[in-house]
Amino acid sequence: MKLTFSIRGVGALLVAAALLFAPLILAEQNYLLRVLITGITYAIAVYGLNIILGFTGQLSLAHGGFFGIGVYTMGLLTTDYDWSFWSALLAAIVLTTVVGFLAGLLALRTREAYFAIFTMALGLIIYMVISRWEDVTHAYSGVLGVKLPEDIGPLDFSEPATYYYLLLVFLAAAAYVTYTLRVSNVGRRLLAIRTSEDLASSIGINVGLNKQLAFTASAGFAGLGGALFASAEGFIGPNSSSIDLTFELLMFLLVGGVATVMGPIVGTLLVLMLFEAFQDFQAYRFILLGPVIIALVIYAPQGLIGRLNQLTFYWKRRRAAAQKTAVGAPEQNSPADPHNEKTEVR
Amino acid sequence: MTLFVQQFFNGLSLGGVYCLAAIGLTLVFGVLRIPNLAHGALYMVGAYLTYFFLTSAGVPYILAIALAALVLAGIGIGMERVVFHPLRNAPHTHHMIAAAGAMFFLHSLVQAIWGADFRRMESPITGRVEILGTQVSWQRVTIVVTAVVVLIALTWFIKKTVHGQSIEAVEQDRVGASLVGINPNRVSMLTFALAAALVAVAAGLVAPINLLYPTMGDVIMVKVFAIIILGGLGSIPGAIVGGFTLGLAEVMATTYVSAVAGEVIAFVVLILVLAIRPTGLLTKAVQR
Repeated sequence: MKLTFSIRGVGALLVAAALLFAPLILAEQNYLLRVLITGITYAIAVYGLNIILGFTGQLSLAHGGFFGIGVYTMGLLTTDYDWSFWSALLAAIVLTTVVGFLAGLLALRTREAYFAIFTMALGLIIYMVISRWEDVTHAYSGVLGVKLPEDIGPLDFSEPATYYYLLLVFLAAAAYVTYTLRVSNVGRRLLAIRTSEDLASSIGINVGLNKQLAFTASAGFAGLGGALFASAEGFIGPNSSSIDLTFELLMFLLVGGVATVMGPIVGTLLVLMLFEAFQDFQAYRFILLGPVIIALVIYAPQGLIGRLNQLTFYWKRRRAAAQKTAVGAPEQNSPADPHNEKTEVR
Repeated sequence: MTLFVQQFFNGLSLGGVYCLAAIGLTLVFGVLRIPNLAHGALYMVGAYLTYFFLTSAGVPYILAIALAALVLAGIGIGMERVVFHPLRNAPHTHHMIAAAGAMFFLHSLVQAIWGADFRRMESPITGRVEILGTQVSWQRVTIVVTAVVVLIALTWFIKKTVHGQSIEAVEQDRVGASLVGINPNRVSMLTFALAAALVAVAAGLVAPINLLYPTMGDVIMVKVFAIIILGGLGSIPGAIVGGFTLGLAEVMATTYVSAVAGEVIAFVVLILVLAIRPTGLLTKAVQR
C-alpha cells in the first residue's frame, strides 16, 4: 500500500513540478504560457464536472452553461459595473453555486438519461439567455477589457507568469478538494450512489441530499473556472457558454480519467496541447478527435490517469501475491472483479 | 383569421418535421434505452445530402430526399455497429459521451466538405395554393402531406410486418424477444437505419425553408428531446402528438407573443414536464 501510494505521489509531484517550473522554461514563449493559463481555468471547471460525473455518476451537460455564468459575472461586473476583480470573483462563485443549487432541485428529480437531457436543455437555455439578452450581456458583440486581479503588495498580475501562479493556487485548491473528497466519507457515499442509487439508499445514504451537494459544488467550480477564464482572456463572448464547451470539458475529463485526482488537469492540458498541434485545421480537428472520444469510451473508459492507477493496482496485487508464495502461504485466488476495481481508491 | 389559418398551416408543417425527427429518436430509445445525442447531427447530414443530390447531382427533389434517406440509413447502421454496439453493456453515461463524439465528428466532416458558411437550398417546389382563404406555399403542403404519408407507412410497417413487430417486441423485452428467436442485434441495426432515414426525410423536407449550416441540428435536437419527453420516451404516438403540439405552439407563440417566446417555448415545455412529471406525460408502464 505504502509503495503504490508513493508511485501515485511521485506522479502527482511530477505534474506539480512541471506546472511550477513551466513559466521558467517557457520564459520566452508567452504564447504557450497563455495556452497553459487557459488550460488551467478549464481544468478547474473540469474538476467541477469530475465531482458530479466522476464521483456521483450523473452526466451533467449544463457545465458549459455554468462556466458561462462565471464568465459573464466576472466580465460584466468588472467592466459595466466597475467592480474589483476579487469581489466579482466572489460574486461569480456565489451566483453559480446558487444557480447550481436551484437547478439541482429540479434536475435531480430526474435520473440517468433524463438528467442528461434536462441538463443539456438547461445549458442551452443559459446559452440562449446570454446570446440573446443584448441589453445586459451585449450578446454577440461581447465585452472587452475584463479586469485582471488588482495588485497585492509587490505582486503585479498583469505579468502573465504572476497571474499563472495565482491560477495555480486555485488549481491546487481544486485538486486538493477533490483529493479530500476522494478519501472522505462524503466521497465514498457519492461513489456508492454512482454504483447503484437503490443500493446506496438501502444502506442509509441520503441519495437526494448527497447528489444535491455534489451538483451544487460542481457548478460552483465551473463558475470559478469561468470567472478566471474571463479575466485571463480579457474578452467575453457567448461562445464561452455553448454546448460545445460542455462537450470539450467532458472530453478533457474523459482523456484524463473520471473520478481521479490528477485526471482533470492532465487531460485538459494534454488535449489543449493536441488542439495546438492541430491548430492549422482548427475547425476540422474533430474529424480526428471525434473518433478518439468514441475509441476512448469503448477501449479506455477509465482515461489516462485511471489506466495508470489500474496498472499500479495490478502491479501491487501481483507483488503481494508473489510475497505470499515466497513466504509459503497458500496463494489466494482472487478473481479479477471489475466492480471491485472501480471502487478501489485511486 | 387569415393570419391564424396561415400560421396554423405553418405550425402543421413544422410539427410534421418535428414528428419525423422525433420518431427516430424515440424508436432508438425504445429499443436501446439510450438517448442518441448524435440525432441532431444526423438531421444536419440529411439536410446537406439532400442539398448535394439536388444541386450537385441534379436529381429531382423527392428522389433527392429518398437518396439522402438511403445514405443516412447506411450511416445509421454504421453508427450502431461502430459506436453503440460495443457499448451495449457500458454505463449509460458512456453512450452519451460516445454519441457526442460522433456528433462532433459529423459536424467537422460536413464543415470540411461543404464549409462553415450558411447555404440556401432553393425549393424546387414553388407557387402557392389557396386553402380556407389564405395562401399556403406548396412547399409547406408537401411537408404536411409527406409527413402524414410517411407516418402512416411507418405505423403500417411497425404494426403489420414481421420486422416492424420485432422492433416492438425488443422494445417490450429484449431478453424475451431473443428467447422467441428475434435477433436483437439485427433489430438494433434496423431501428438505427429507420431512425436515420426518418430524420433525413425531415431534414430534406424543411431544408428549403431554413438555412443549412453545420450546427443546424443542435437546437432542433433539444426540441426533439423535449417532444419525446413530453410524449414519453419510447412512445411513438407520444412523439406524434408531441411533435404537432410543439410545432403549433412554437408558431403561435412566435406570431402572437414574440420571436423569442417561440424560440424558448420548447425549453420551457421540457423543463416544466421534467420538473412536474419527470417520466413524461404518456409514459408506458414498462419504463425501466
